[in-house]
Amino acid sequence: MAIHCDGRARIVGNDVNTDYIIASTRKRDTLDEQILKRYLLETVDPAFAASVQPGDILVAGTNFGCGSAMEIAATVILAAGITAVVAQSFSRTFFRNAVNNGLLPIECDTSDIHEGDRLSVSSDSAAISIENRTRGTTLAASPLPALMADILAAGGLVEFIRHGGWTQGQPA
Amino acid sequence: MTRPATISEKILSAKSGVEARAGDIVVCDVDLVIGTDASSPMAIDYFKRMGGTALFYPKRVVFALDHYAPPSTAKTAAFHEQVRAFANEHDAALYEVGRGISHQVVAELGRVLPGDLVIGADSHTVTCGALNLFATGVGSSDLAAAMITGRIWLRVPETIKVTLLGKRSPGVAPKDVALAMIAELGAEGANYRALEFHGDGVGDFTLEDRFVLSNLAVESGAKAAIFAADAATDAYLERRTMQRRSGVTADPAARYSREIEIALDTISPLVAIPHSPNDVVSIADLLGTPIHMVFLGTCTGGRVVDFHEALAVIERGGGRIAPGVQLVITPASREVHRRLIVDGSLAKFSDLGAIITTPGCGACCGTSGAIPGSGMNVLSTANRNFKARMGNATASIYLASPAACAAAAVTGVITDPRAIG
Ligand code: SF4
Repeated sequence: MAIHCDGRARIVGNDVNTDYIIASTRKRDTLDEQILKRYLLETVDPAFAASVQPGDILVAGTNFGCGSAMEIAATVILAAGITAVVAQSFSRTFFRNAVNNGLLPIECDTSDIHEGDRLSVSSDSAAISIENRTRGTTLAASPLPALMADILAAGGLVEFIRHGGWTQGQPA
Repeated sequence: MTRPATISEKILSAKSGVEARAGDIVVCDVDLVIGTDASSPMAIDYFKRMGGTALFYPKRVVFALDHYAPPSTAKTAAFHEQVRAFANEHDAALYEVGRGISHQVVAELGRVLPGDLVIGADSHTVTCGALNLFATGVGSSDLAAAMITGRIWLRVPETIKVTLLGKRSPGVAPKDVALAMIAELGAEGANYRALEFHGDGVGDFTLEDRFVLSNLAVESGAKAAIFAADAATDAYLERRTMQRRSGVTADPAARYSREIEIALDTISPLVAIPHSPNDVVSIADLLGTPIHMVFLGTCTGGRVVDFHEALAVIERGGGRIAPGVQLVITPASREVHRRLIVDGSLAKFSDLGAIITTPGCGACCGTSGAIPGSGMNVLSTANRNFKARMGNATASIYLASPAACAAAAVTGVITDPRAIG
């Protein structure tokens, strides 16, 4: 299934851990993403959350989402209206959580993307491409493996399992 | 003929029923699913949204109330009520407040065995790999899907072979070796990969010491960090479970994506500086840095041996804590707590004026226990020192061995523990 999104690039750096995406101490007070999104990335930039617009595309350096495996880091990003994260590399737990929640994780060289660039992302079973309309360039990324693409296409693991993913109740 | 395999490939082959090799994506049967109070409320929500009505294997699901132990707000108390009710309704085991940190407790109870596939909605679930099994951290949705189906999707990781050679010098802790390893690998050097430990130096590490190496491996992104089973594994399990399993070993011709060697006798005491566990320097570079809080605890440094080492250093240093230093003690589990009571260690810490808190995660991630004051320097036996990790963004967290933490408690400044007494 093809996924397409257009939006502004929002740049963050390397090694942005999940505690920086949303602090454990905030998560202690509520699990409501609509409230938590006000504190998105506050440790990195206290003004970030207020400046996010729906459709923004988060663009990161290396090892995005490292540290704690907390899934709320992925769902708070989605709640803020961000539907794709492009990073030089992801931590494996964040990558899983993104796929499982229908947040598109794209791994590619982000060094030529700048704050505010207009990006247009297309993903299908054959390829992922990111067109940078501001700079007139196009970046390519490898497509996701089939099983991950199926989960993303279902909209995340909830829908995937609801529809009988992994044939419940039968030993492998 | 089957192709040669690493330990991870063998375990994931056995659990998926196919010949699983690095890069494959497989769906595996899970032996144990671990939820915590920090991740389970969301997992319960996912469980309901996925249409879950029952646990596929109730005996393979456990919940630990460890991150908010005891709850300090009405909200966290409500999380606990929610997890208790769910565990009760679905017949899953519940480790109550004060029982300890999830992955520590399952190891103590003999719930994780060589060859198992264990998933926990906590990144430090990898700690259990010290017992020759594939244990990995996942999110809450994975937890819910595994509760419903008994299964999980996994990408079979490439493996980095870590060869430990020789013996540690006197006064050098397993934590120092672990810090050296994650500094060498970098913050994402093991991302998507498993570590496998080899070499004669493995014999220099007791099972409890191995937990420290497996635990810190996730700070380099490792998906699993696995030791082979040996006499130390058997001795640890013998006291804890009637079940016997033969260990899983790698084939001699197994493929590794990278190999690193660590000559143990070249390592000296180390410290991770703010705000990354991979920013590691020799303790010699930091001597004299003032320390205001010393935290002994967590799934890295909260076991019996850690408190014994710390006490030995404090006693060698004159048996007193420097004025102005807060010493915070949090046993990783009730078993640890109880053993420290029985052997008199907790009485000694109490006499030193230490703050002794409920077994569990304590001050580690700022959700329960002592939060450092603004501008304070903390020296901790934990595994993470991210900014704001302990609940105050202006505190600076340094990570070191229990002995180095104890040395700073005695002097009030970062001090080489070998120089005490
Ligand atoms: S002690 Fe710290 S690192 Fe370990 S599980 Fe608890 S919060 Fe996580």
